[in-house]
Amino acid sequence: MFTLARNELYRLFLSPLTWVVLALCQLLVAYLFLTHIDFFMQVQGKISAIPGAPGVTEMIVIPLLNNAATILLLIAPLITMRLIAEERRNNSLPLLFSAPLSILQIVIGKYLGTLSFFIILLMLISLMPLSLSLGADLDYGVIASGLLGLALLVASFTAIGLFLSSLTAQPTIAAVSTFAFLFLLWIIDWAGNTQITAETSNLFNWLSLLRHYEPLLQGEVNSSDLAYFLIIIVVFLTFTIRRLDAERLN
Amino acid sequence: MSSSPLLSAQSLSHYYGTHLAVNNVSFDIYKGEVLGFLGPNGAGKSTTMKMLSGNLAPNHGQIMINGYDLLRQPKQAKAHIGYLPEHPPLYKELTVKEFLYFCAKINLISSKHINSAINIAIERCGLSDMTKRLIGNLSKGYQQRVGIAQAIIHTPAVVILDEPTSGLDPIQIREIRHLIRDIASEHSVILSTHILPEVQMLCDRVQIISRGQLIFNDTTTGLNKQRQASNLLCTLLSPPPLAALQQIIGVITVDTLNPTQFRLHYQPEINPTAELLSRAVTQQWQLTELMPEQHSLEDVFMNIIQQESSIVEQTI
Repeated sequence: MFTLARNELYRLFLSPLTWVVLALCQLLVAYLFLTHIDFFMQVQGKISAIPGAPGVTEMIVIPLLNNAATILLLIAPLITMRLIAEERRNNSLPLLFSAPLSILQIVIGKYLGTLSFFIILLMLISLMPLSLSLGADLDYGVIASGLLGLALLVASFTAIGLFLSSLTAQPTIAAVSTFAFLFLLWIIDWAGNTQITAETSNLFNWLSLLRHYEPLLQGEVNSSDLAYFLIIIVVFLTFTIRRLDAERLN
Repeated sequence: MSSSPLLSAQSLSHYYGTHLAVNNVSFDIYKGEVLGFLGPNGAGKSTTMKMLSGNLAPNHGQIMINGYDLLRQPKQAKAHIGYLPEHPPLYKELTVKEFLYFCAKINLISSKHINSAINIAIERCGLSDMTKRLIGNLSKGYQQRVGIAQAIIHTPAVVILDEPTSGLDPIQIREIRHLIRDIASEHSVILSTHILPEVQMLCDRVQIISRGQLIFNDTTTGLNKQRQASNLLCTLLSPPPLAALQQIIGVITVDTLNPTQFRLHYQPEINPTAELLSRAVTQQWQLTELMPEQHSLEDVFMNIIQQESSIVEQTI
């Protein structure tokens, strides 16, 4: 299982796409980071007089993590698309199927490999706000909860991407459908805001990824939010396992 | 030959939708045997191979590998098989060595033995000069070898090769065949192909599958016997009248191919060769060529398939 995860990660870093994604992601986050710092410098003088005014953490780190989530939403499909779709296209799945591995091990192995890539990416991203600690006091609790939120968010992205990749032999289709699906989950609470009925809006609010990410950004770690992410991950990994099993039966 | 088979398939069937791809196929393979699976395209060869390797679950039937049920104890059973599908499953961005390392790992070779396992596989498949090359940059023949190396790296009891020589040039085909013979000295091999001479060169036992059904199962010698035709081809520079040839005991009919060349059909029990020779000498027919004719493998193949389908039609 871990062999598979390591192989997956290793092969990811052999692909130029991965490096390009890492570099561009870093570039975008850096730019956003600078604009947030800029903005903070402008308003700093005005708000410093107000008691209980937002500090560096609230003004820079939290918006940055929020933006990083959007960027990850865009790049996650590109990384997860190849997971199974490409193997299917290259006819390399039989290698795994005829090895003494269960489908569960195959799926978890691939999942962990890709997840470790995103964890590396997250560490790179988090270095930027942490560099502020050189000149400012940071609220590490809030940052930790924000990073936890981002990690859970990415873990859900990966699980969903893995499932959609297992449905097709075309990586592009996997990427597009993953993006569409993630985006839908991102904005699904907009329907809730239009107040059709209280019940549907509750459901849509609950389904929305964003609604569960925001509290974590504010430093609120609710077990219901954690449960939501874990449910998403487990459900989509199970779907993937079922899907690959079904393929063997037909 | 040991009494219990290494791999035993019992009444395998598989449907694709409503299409019956493999119908009630049963066979055994014993230690050290090379079993050839022969059949036209679309006969169900690959489907059977997929089922044997655990890539496809049969709708009916049972597969026992070295005493383990492939469906009930897949992990233990799969540890005893090596599988090379029609398209070799390779990660083109890895080097040969990296790829084989990964294969050794997922086949649960302990880290103590992993290097020796890789080296043995590399050596046996003639990949020693290629270990640092990217698989994607190798020629098709070498990719096929990497595929075979992958299948034998964990020294499985049974190696399943699905059309291992398809798409290769004649030299590569010869090399791969040589390699397969070599592998067969240590593993049992199941080989699927639609090339008849290949089966004759490589296999101890032949099974012919057509339209999902096993219609012939015999040793290669048995297949060769089927090829014995009761025909003699002879060239006589000063031929006697046809009637003289027809009088030879056993001869049924004589075809005149050209003024000096004849084909004699004879009864299978009575071979007239000796008689023909002595008459040709005493009566000075100037015999210059005498050749027993063999059916080509293709003929035998077509015969068997046609016989079967006519039987099937009759029963319907």
